[in-house]
Order: sequence, then structure tokens, then C-alpha cells
Amino acid sequence: MTAKAKVAIVGAAETERIGVVPDVSALEMHAESARRAVADAGMTLGDVDGVAAAGISPISVAHYLGITPNYVDATSIGGCSFLVHVRHAAAAISAGLADVILITHGESGRSRTGAPPRAADPASPQGQFEAPYGTLGPPTLFPMGVLRYMKRYGLTHEQLASVAVAQRRWSSRVPRAMFRDLITVEDVMASRMVSYPMHLLECCLVTDGGGALVVTSAARAKAVPGPKPAVYVLGTGEAAETPLVSMMEDFTTSKAFTVSATRAFAEAGITPSDVDHLMVYDAFAHLPIYGLEDLGFVGRGEAGAFIEEGNTSPGGRLPMNTNGGGLSYTHTGMYGMFLVQESVRQLRGEASAQVPGVQTSVAQGVGGMFMSAGTLVLGTEAVAGA
Amino acid sequence: MSPQQSPPADRPKAAPKPTPETQPYWDAANRRELAIQRCTSCGKAFFYPRSACPACYSQQVEWFVASGRARLHTYLISHRPAPGFAEQVPYAIAVVELEEGPRMMTNIVGVDNTPENLVLDMDLEVDFEPRGAQLVPVFRPAAKPAGRPAQSAAGRPAGTPAESPA
Repeated sequence: MTAKAKVAIVGAAETERIGVVPDVSALEMHAESARRAVADAGMTLGDVDGVAAAGISPISVAHYLGITPNYVDATSIGGCSFLVHVRHAAAAISAGLADVILITHGESGRSRTGAPPRAADPASPQGQFEAPYGTLGPPTLFPMGVLRYMKRYGLTHEQLASVAVAQRRWSSRVPRAMFRDLITVEDVMASRMVSYPMHLLECCLVTDGGGALVVTSAARAKAVPGPKPAVYVLGTGEAAETPLVSMMEDFTTSKAFTVSATRAFAEAGITPSDVDHLMVYDAFAHLPIYGLEDLGFVGRGEAGAFIEEGNTSPGGRLPMNTNGGGLSYTHTGMYGMFLVQESVRQLRGEASAQVPGVQTSVAQGVGGMFMSAGTLVLGTEAVAGA
Repeated sequence: MSPQQSPPADRPKAAPKPTPETQPYWDAANRRELAIQRCTSCGKAFFYPRSACPACYSQQVEWFVASGRARLHTYLISHRPAPGFAEQVPYAIAVVELEEGPRMMTNIVGVDNTPENLVLDMDLEVDFEPRGAQLVPVFRPAAKPAGRPAQSAAGRPAGTPAESPA
């Protein structure tokens, strides 16, 4: 690895409470996360000159906090938006557009407190070419390719269920996780069918919560060190495939995952064998399977067995979704912020289910139903060459 | 569910709202024709309707009536009813691959929507169902699985009558 990181994440925090938080609005969750992340960086809100947010406009967030930013990023491309905000922040800081960029997420996904209404436009491509067929949110869209994947590669229902089992092994060690009781493949298969072939325990949680990040230059991170170790941005990627899941080019792979991750790995100068810790956005149990293959950690059709054999579980050779993921930790709707939070904790050595010696971590986000993707390759000072 | 929202059973199935670019598709559907577009520069058929070819960007595109023959590419079976689907639950939401190449989302009719009945790559043929005042294409298991005449596969101009009743 020869990356010379130009920017670093110097502050990272989630809201004090996640899960069921009906007494806090979505906007306040952005603000609470922001205050906590800035404090985590040893800064004040007065140090922030750039704001990025999704779900709620960064203008609303900035004004609520009392910031007049000279850089705003309202990129809103689904749950991976925050990973893409980090990518854009890296470019903006390198180009001198801003010095300290705050990235915020807050969502009352479960309680819908102060949450914007969900409306479908019947004249949009989705409204014309998908909604008339009885779609009802992500469970009726996201798993569309799973049966095709099963036919092509022989993935079994038990292997699919093992994704949820593996992640519960992690969340059983994470006090903040919503679901912490260990489960078996039989438990998963006995849970209610939501959208065949996906059982309830193969679908993500719906929760309230927020998180925020503070990004600045590697030079500033070195010159003005905060109370916590800086986490360096080694490589980033973003991509978009299709707003309509029914238009995916190949239902057994995410083109957006591949394009985004290839770019991020190349920029970081790493290969999958260099990665100590992996987060793959798991709105449903098949996403980690697609992610492992699309990012090149295993060959095509091998991910189900790889997970079933325990390779991503505690003690396995590729620790993945170590907070328990969207299936067991939390899933506010745009879960990507929590991928980055867990990568940062692992690289700082402060995670609840800490993996020993994590130097390089990859976070792979998805937006919409394989609509878009964002990838971050993050590392400690030791690998960043900073 | 919020109090001002009526329960899904009381609301109709979602109906599409055509745009100027998609109007020919929906007009054809109301004639019980599956009309899609083809690029006259590169020859590739595509879906959903739009003003230029997504493969080569050419704006030289034409409408034609597809054969209506398709194969079941992938699907899921929703156990929660969308508005208007309460009496059908559980029901399949499917993606079919048309004989001409493009894929589209649809429902499968004329057969119980079970994993046993719905076998990937099974042969299907187009039918139409109302969504409000609009007919939308759906698919049913093909009466005759084999024997695809090349003439139909090439299609005919949209709006012209079929040579023979399907």
C-alpha cells in the first residue's frame, strides 16, 4: 500500500440513543449527532465551514446549528449518501473549498417524528413501470434478484439465512444493538415470510437514530490532533446504476458496487487481501453476498458458503458487519452512516466487538435498491503514510 | 399507519400517469398491445420508453408491437398487500424477459403465485389488467410453450392490426 491520504475523519459519533426514539425529531438527530461528532474531534461548531447532509437539507441542518457554511453538499442518493459525502469532502478539502466539513444523518425511520412524508409520483418511471404491480417499499423491490442468483449459483435458503445468524453473533457483543440474542438458521427459516424468499429475520430493522462525521485535511489532523486517533481516507468510489430495480443489467451482481469499489481500491492501492475489516450495507441478507463477490473478496457464487462456514463471524478471517449490521444493530432508513461509524470505531480500537489489529477497513454502501453505491477505504495512520 | 391514511384494502391499485414520452406505450396497452421501442441505428430494442436509445444514444427510435412472448426472469412473492392487492396476497412481483430482449416488471396471472408454480425461465405471454382507467401489461403462463414464428418476433408497427388473433 502506497496511499498518501490527503484527508482524515477526525470526529465520529452517533446519537446518544438509537432504536426507538419517538421523542426526538429527525432534524434534532442531525443536530445532536453534529454536536457529538464535533466534540469527538476536539472542535467546536465554529470550526466547521462545510456541511453535508441527506434526508434533510444541509441548509436546514446548518441553519439549525447556527453555521453559515461556505460549502454545502446535498447529495441524496439513498443510504450510501454519507459515504459519497466523505468522497466529495475529500475532493473539496484537497481543492481548498473548505477546511472542516461536517456530515450529518438523522432519521426517525421507525417513529416518523418530524420525518418528511413518503410519496410516490405516479408519473415517475417507478410510478409508471413498477408501482402498478403492487410494490410496497424495499421488501418488494430489493430482493428481486435473489431467486435468479439462487438458480445461477445454487445458493441455498439455509446459506441465505446464515447471513443473519453470522451478524447476530456480532451483535450479541454490542450492547447498543437492538437484537442481541443468538439465533440459528432454523430460527431464521421459521420467522414470518415477508417477501419470498426473504423471511423477517433476513430483512433489516426499522429504527430511529443519527450519526455524524467531521472530515478535515490530513495536514490539519497532524498539526492539531484531536483527542481520538485520526482515521485516514485512503480511497473512495461512487457509482449509480438504475433507479428501477427491474432494470438491473444483471440480477446476480450490483454494477454500482463493482464500479464504485474498483475505483476506491485502485485509489487506495489495495487488494481485498489487504482488508482487515469489512462493512457491507445489509438492508437484506443477500446484500453481503453480493458485496463479497462484487468487491472481489470471493469468487462468483462463493459468498453463501463463505458466510455459512463462519469466515465473516467472530474469529473468522474476514470480520464483516461487526456491529450486527442493519439486520441486528440498527437501520434508520439511510443506514450508510452507521457503516462508517463502525469502521471508524474498529480503526480506533474502540468498537464493542473489537477485532484485534484492524489497520484497513472498507465500508460499502448502497443507495435505493441497488440504485447507487459508495465505497470508502479507511486506514490508521500506520497504513496511511500520513 | 397514520389515522388520515385509509387502509390499503380501501384504496385502488396504483395507476400509472403517462408522460408525453410514454403516452404511446400506455395508449397501446389500452388497445391490448405491448408496444416497445427499437433503435433504428443500432437495432436494439429497449424498455422503458424514452426519447433515445440507452445503448448508443441515437434518437432514431421507433415503436413496434412486441410478440408478447416472454420468460420469467426473476420474482419475489410479497406477503404484505400494497393498496388494492389485499385479496391477492401473497402475490408475485416479477421481472420478465421479453422475446425481443428487454426486461420489465409485471405480475403473473392465471396461476396461483407459489414458488412451485413459478419456475424461472418458464414461458409466458402478455395479457392486460386494469389499473384505474389504464390497462397495464401482465403475463400468464404460455398456452403453447414452443414454436416462436420469426415473423412475430420482428414485430409490426404499433397501431396496426394483428395478422391473426392471438
